Amino acid sequence: MKYSYFPGCTLKTTGASLDRSARLAALALGFELEEIENWQCCGGVYPLGSDEIATKLSSVRALAEAKAKDQELVTLCSACHHVIKRVNDDMKNVDDIRTRANNYMKLDEAYAGETNVLHFLEVLRDRVGFDNLKAKVTNPLKGRKIGAYYGCLLLRPGKIMAFDDPENPTIIEDFIRAIGATPVVYPYRNECCGGYISLNEKDMAKSMCKRIKDSAEGFGAEMLITACPLCMYNLNKTEGGISVRYFTELLCEALGITEEGKAL
Amino acid sequence: MSHDKTKKQAELIREISGVNPYKCMKCGKCSASCPSFNEMDIKPHQFVSYVLNDDLEALVNSKSLWKCLSCFACIERCPRDVKPGKLVDAARQLVVRERGGDFLSADEIPEKLDPELPQQLLVSAFRRYRR
Ligand code: SF4
Ligand code: SF4
Ligand code: SF4
Ligand code: SF4
Repeated sequence: MKYSYFPGCTLKTTGASLDRSARLAALALGFELEEIENWQCCGGVYPLGSDEIATKLSSVRALAEAKAKDQELVTLCSACHHVIKRVNDDMKNVDDIRTRANNYMKLDEAYAGETNVLHFLEVLRDRVGFDNLKAKVTNPLKGRKIGAYYGCLLLRPGKIMAFDDPENPTIIEDFIRAIGATPVVYPYRNECCGGYISLNEKDMAKSMCKRIKDSAEGFGAEMLITACPLCMYNLNKTEGGISVRYFTELLCEALGITEEGKAL
Repeated sequence: MSHDKTKKQAELIREISGVNPYKCMKCGKCSASCPSFNEMDIKPHQFVSYVLNDDLEALVNSKSLWKCLSCFACIERCPRDVKPGKLVDAARQLVVRERGGDFLSADEIPEKLDPELPQQLLVSAFRRYRR
């Protein structure tokens, strides 16, 4: 099974381990991520202004390429996922945006939101299936107590992201169970880590991240997992407390994937 | 600001955001959900009233514009679909578009960087703070 894949700029640089571990895990699970050709950065934030078009075009380009290949489009970075999923919704449901974007793009065939956008976690849940994943785990992470850190962008707005229940999500906890570990549910798992505010106001982001880490630790988590390089950065910049990993790194560990003989 | 200009800006904010502030029932759920609440001089539910009253002067000078994280908590939880986070973003857009009012200048940025800083942070901060 082949999917179109939008890695995004961060996964080519500081988030490289998220990209690498996801590709390796995908192969072990029997699917392939085929990178979109000449993709461009999605911009990192969904342009909320209803009159913004130009800032949405890089997403439309990726979506149209996946459509041309008749593939679903897979993302990993929470922010890319958020932006592309919402732009796709605009292309499907907002006449004005669809018309103007298509006028700019001059594609052979107009794009109207036909591509299905899936986050890698959704591929695991809805295409592979957590039961099948569980069956492929060779090194179950028994006894590990792991907190899911959802953050904001995967979940909200719930109607458009349609990822999981935005107030009481379970997908990452189910993932944690599938790899043999024990999920720890804690109240701050869908609270914001501060996002880009950490560029300019480090203290504000730190206090938000400390709350998240303390909350998880207080409920017994030994580590957190995330799908977002920015969450990862913010949480790691907040010294002390439990460690943070990408969910795909633990997936590789559970699947027994090692690179050149050493664990990822 | 002249009265006419203020009215026009209030309309522009409604237009950019696509939000209908008249639907707000002042339940305060948005402000209760906001992770930046303590940092804001105008709280999310108050934002709605300022737009309703065409009180734009205060809004465009509010530090809340630069404290909103676009975390979408208020947008998710508003029972009346008013989406105050969209109003905040529209006001921010107005400021950067009209005044060329970049919140951060290019030479302020390098000192804030470190090697682990993800691309995503820079890209999104640029979108938010500059035009
Ligand atoms: S969301 Fe992030 S990583 Fe993804 S392309 Fe856009 S800015 Fe880059
Ligand atoms: S939690 Fe933080 S980085 Fe992650 S999605 Fe929210 S703001 Fe972005
Ligand atoms: S949550 Fe919605 S209805 Fe309630 S005060 Fe905020 S904007 Fe108004
Ligand atoms: S989107 Fe902005 S205003 Fe709304 S809850 Fe988040 S930080 Fe607060």
